[in-house]
Amino acid sequence: MAEGHVMQYKTVRFYLNGRDVEKTVDVRASLTDLLRDDFSQTSVKKGCEVGECGACNVLIDGEAFNSCIYLAIWADGKHIRTLEGLLGPNGELSDIQQAFVDEAAIQCGFCTPGFILSAVEILESGKEYTDDELRKLLSGHLCRCTGYENILRAVKKTMYRRLGKPMPAD
Amino acid sequence: MSKSVGKSEIRVDAYEKAAGRAKYVEDLCGRNTLVARILHSTVAHGIVKSVDTSEAEKVPGVLKILTCFDAPQDRPFPTAGHPWSTDPKHQDVADRCLLNRHVRYYGDDVAVVIAEDEVAAAQGVRALRAEYEALPFVLDVQEAMADGAPQLHQGYDHNILAHTSIRNGDYQKAIAEPGLIRVEGWYDTPTVQHCHIENFGCYAYEEAGRVVVVSSTQIPHITKRVVAQALGLPWGKVRVVKPYVGGGFGNKQDALYEPLCAWCSVEMGGRPVKLICSREETFVSNRVRHAIRSHIVSWVRPDGTYAARKLECFSNQGGYASHGHGICAKGMGAFPQLYPCPNVECDAYTVYTNRPVAGAMRGYGIPQAMFAVECHTDDVCRAIGADPVEFRRKNLMPVGFVDGFSKNELYADTFNQCMDKGMAAMDYVRKYKAYQHQTGDVRRGVGLAVFWYNTAVWPISMESSSCRMVLNQDGSLQFQTGETEIGQGCDTAYSQMVADAVGVPFADVHVITRQDTDITPYGTGAYASRQTYIGGFSIMQTAQALRERILNIAHEQTRMPVSNLDLQDGQIVRKTDGRVLKSLGELATESLYSMEHSQHITAETTAQIKSNAYSFGCSFAEVEVDIPMCKVKLLNMVNVHDCGRLINPALAEAQVHGGMSMAIGYGLSEEEKFDPKTGRVLNDNLLDYKLSTMMDHPRLDAEFVENYEPTNPFGTKSLGEPPTCSGAPAIRNAIFQATGVAVDRCPATPHVLFEAFREAGLIQG
Amino acid sequence: MYDMKALYEAASVADAVALRTAHPEAQIIAGGSDVLVQMRAGKRAGKELISIYGIDALRGVSLDGEENLRIGSLTSFSHITRDPLIQKYLNVLGEAVDQVGGPQIRNIGTIGGNTCNGVTSADSASTLHAYEAVIELTGPDGVRREPIRDFYIKAGQVDLRPGEIQTAILIPKASYENTFGHYIKYAMRSAMDIATLGTSVNVRLTADKKRIDRCRIAFGVAGPVPLRAEHAEAAANGKEISAALADTFAKTVLEDINPRDSWRASRAFRQHIAVESARRAFVESVRLAGGEL
Repeated sequence: MAEGHVMQYKTVRFYLNGRDVEKTVDVRASLTDLLRDDFSQTSVKKGCEVGECGACNVLIDGEAFNSCIYLAIWADGKHIRTLEGLLGPNGELSDIQQAFVDEAAIQCGFCTPGFILSAVEILESGKEYTDDELRKLLSGHLCRCTGYENILRAVKKTMYRRLGKPMPAD
Repeated sequence: MSKSVGKSEIRVDAYEKAAGRAKYVEDLCGRNTLVARILHSTVAHGIVKSVDTSEAEKVPGVLKILTCFDAPQDRPFPTAGHPWSTDPKHQDVADRCLLNRHVRYYGDDVAVVIAEDEVAAAQGVRALRAEYEALPFVLDVQEAMADGAPQLHQGYDHNILAHTSIRNGDYQKAIAEPGLIRVEGWYDTPTVQHCHIENFGCYAYEEAGRVVVVSSTQIPHITKRVVAQALGLPWGKVRVVKPYVGGGFGNKQDALYEPLCAWCSVEMGGRPVKLICSREETFVSNRVRHAIRSHIVSWVRPDGTYAARKLECFSNQGGYASHGHGICAKGMGAFPQLYPCPNVECDAYTVYTNRPVAGAMRGYGIPQAMFAVECHTDDVCRAIGADPVEFRRKNLMPVGFVDGFSKNELYADTFNQCMDKGMAAMDYVRKYKAYQHQTGDVRRGVGLAVFWYNTAVWPISMESSSCRMVLNQDGSLQFQTGETEIGQGCDTAYSQMVADAVGVPFADVHVITRQDTDITPYGTGAYASRQTYIGGFSIMQTAQALRERILNIAHEQTRMPVSNLDLQDGQIVRKTDGRVLKSLGELATESLYSMEHSQHITAETTAQIKSNAYSFGCSFAEVEVDIPMCKVKLLNMVNVHDCGRLINPALAEAQVHGGMSMAIGYGLSEEEKFDPKTGRVLNDNLLDYKLSTMMDHPRLDAEFVENYEPTNPFGTKSLGEPPTCSGAPAIRNAIFQATGVAVDRCPATPHVLFEAFREAGLIQG
Repeated sequence: MYDMKALYEAASVADAVALRTAHPEAQIIAGGSDVLVQMRAGKRAGKELISIYGIDALRGVSLDGEENLRIGSLTSFSHITRDPLIQKYLNVLGEAVDQVGGPQIRNIGTIGGNTCNGVTSADSASTLHAYEAVIELTGPDGVRREPIRDFYIKAGQVDLRPGEIQTAILIPKASYENTFGHYIKYAMRSAMDIATLGTSVNVRLTADKKRIDRCRIAFGVAGPVPLRAEHAEAAANGKEISAALADTFAKTVLEDINPRDSWRASRAFRQHIAVESARRAFVESVRLAGGEL
């Protein structure tokens, strides 16, 4: 039982929020561990550690991934974005973050970072989605506070704002 | 005076949370904090004979193993998040130890491994070998009450933790009235879990000879007391800190693992130790909602009035007392009030079983009670051919009703107003008519349910709140209360109240959200939907004290009589001519740095609250039932609440959405399942436990009726828990209208519907 | 931090085969959404892993020289759904894997991983069975191909031999040409769920669109591994399209399936849902193929 693991480390080089970074990591680490422990990206939350809640979601090469079930070594060569990376140089909120604030889409705040990053992937597609499509695209995140209602509205409003179209009435 | 109250101010913590800067427990503890992990029992009931630690000790990185043989067994402590009672008869049942030799559910705490990192801790736990003398176990609440059932705790005959009754009028005599129609039903509600997205976690260390616990808790001051009781320390030796909390919903209204974590740190010489629950532990070894089985018999006159009613409810407590009988008793208390009837018999039993421990959960017994009562109301309507809305209008608590015990009064025609608003939003009348007498595979239905809820805990328990305000040199101020922000938004509502009560702009009010029992004035925490109601008293009282000090200082500085002065919007105003004499900032700066009479301007008061308020409302649901597929699709849902005056309409609406979502899960999908052979929870994860996703919801409509609550300084009352209370029976009643099948249990999963539809002959198979 | 003994990274298929040969006890990890979860649960704790996630050559969908569809084993579910060839020739597969978990899981989960872990509930598996997919495996002795039916040995076990990795899944042209299918995932919620039952039907109609030329149906969770319902297929093949045929077809699946009682669902429940799903998926497939019902 106590047979120790063969310690292995690997140096990974990747882009974190646009910055070229390098770190030698324990191969056993998840991407959540790497981002939280080595880069202080504490917006990456741990809610289940098995890919069922979406709190640890980050963008890897533009797509949403649960970083808890993604090995840290796989980050090598990737472009990784976290919620911290959405802020402007002086801490300004991006439009989607501001929409979460304005629409009262935040309560306890624990699912918020993951949701916002999925929203970023949706918004950056430049497409117009129906409510049902948005619900599906955001369905990989669990929230216990909001009933999802205002989260959906925040994403939808930002989508229409970016598309330069008025938001249709419910 | 109202400037901020009533406005949809942006949450005071919204920026931190949207920017990812809000720090929760696990974000705060240092990287080198030791990791504690628990060995949980693999029998539902038994005696631990031994724990072999030899292999675990060899795991590199394992520093210490503490077992139930190390933990004191003669110093049991209570865990419920209730105010301490100085009357021993009113104290919560003390039946917990740090680790248990007599284990009472599958998942009980047997040993703990303290290691340098999480992998070593996990390996250490896997290497432990516990031997048990297995005892017979019982999972069902009524089986646990039967003669010969396994006994969980000494001194609780038939495992009955408590039994209380209500007797009004003469039930036996009343049922002899000729022509009565008897309607009887049994209604079952499931074991569900809170599922806050942040699991419970804490870390502990010693500083200057005292134990500090940083915890994701709703009740820092109560937890301080419980940690001290559990460790046998003077209460002043413990300090509890609450940072941002990722939801609680009642689970964190208990001392969970703070005592164990604190003990681990003490045993490690005060080194920091963290104990962060996994999701699996959250499902099994934290707290759950009581599964309650209710039996209702109603004797109804053909004219649609009640002659006599009877309720028995059986509440499944699980292995330890936690909040105990309070939950079932609260539900029973609603019964004679919601539909007043002169002849009522009620009995509530809370019973130990070998299931996970039930504690507080959003609604505190009312979702269970409303499921039973409001399903039954529609059963009665069906039996006598009454319209569900008209029947309720006729029988619900009338305006002017006063409850003798709480002295609560229904001041407004709340139920009718809420139902009217909900019917309009749902287009109920048209739909109800259209959905009568359907045939075919796919059918629709609408249903409603009302709820009764009581704000806060007076007169069952002490109610008080303390508040401190400290003025800055610029005229802005900090304030603190002991009531806890856990995501629900009370910090924002409080800030609005403070702004108006003191007379400063909302932007000049700074809430200290991080609570620290060394610094934060005493308050019992977040529960019973009490924050805005109870906190409002101490905020108003402290604001008045602060204003008085400020105006006295203004008098010193301006020589104007106090009676001619006012503080409005951060300005000292002479009331007689409206002239602004100086800003509050100028006053504060001058006061603080005065060479003659330097003063630091603060106020702190405690308000004891000996009142309480009803908070009522209703839910409407529209469903589409695919009979062959045994599936319900929720098409529309409306909740209407009268929570008095809305402090922040946008946050109130958001809070209702969340409660509706929880009610949807309760009605349709959520339940913990148990292996009958072992007592193990089978679905202890977010994949197998069916919390609704965004795709499982329709648009949620939250509506309000605002009747100013006269007992509260801000005219407000509870809203946190009420949205969870009536959704599930509304869904059930909608399914009932659609199919004619009365499903007397929730959740109405496809498995339950399959059996019900088969029995009703709607499907073969 | 995962409790693994060692991790080996393969940069190419040859590399992976060499690592498999050198470390026969090691577990292959593709996207990790199953393997890492099991490792955390203690099931595979302390084991060695061979990561093939970095082999980009195993990603993507193409047509080979014989116009067979070739899906690289590491192609993620979301990429399969979005792929133009899949949308054109095998849209039902794209729709099926678009119901796996949630969006993030569909970005990490791979079709190779989905089939290699041998579970009956895999959302891709029933459709691949219904299309008689061919599994391509590469090992020390080169490439071999095996019908998917033979690849599944028993619950949780597939025919992955020493030194081998799965490199592609092929759908023969004859299998997808003029064929239209529909998948019904029956689950307890609309996202983030595993199938209580998966039903995949496809049909090829006669030129006049009046008759069933070929009908195939496969289920997940109707037995220990995904399975075809051959009696039901036989009951439909060559028959004139009608509502009665849909009913007959659907009821006949009971001769083929063998679901079990578990805490997730009873046998009777799964049987009931299988019949109803078969009927609905059949009707929808016929409609997609241009038939009238």
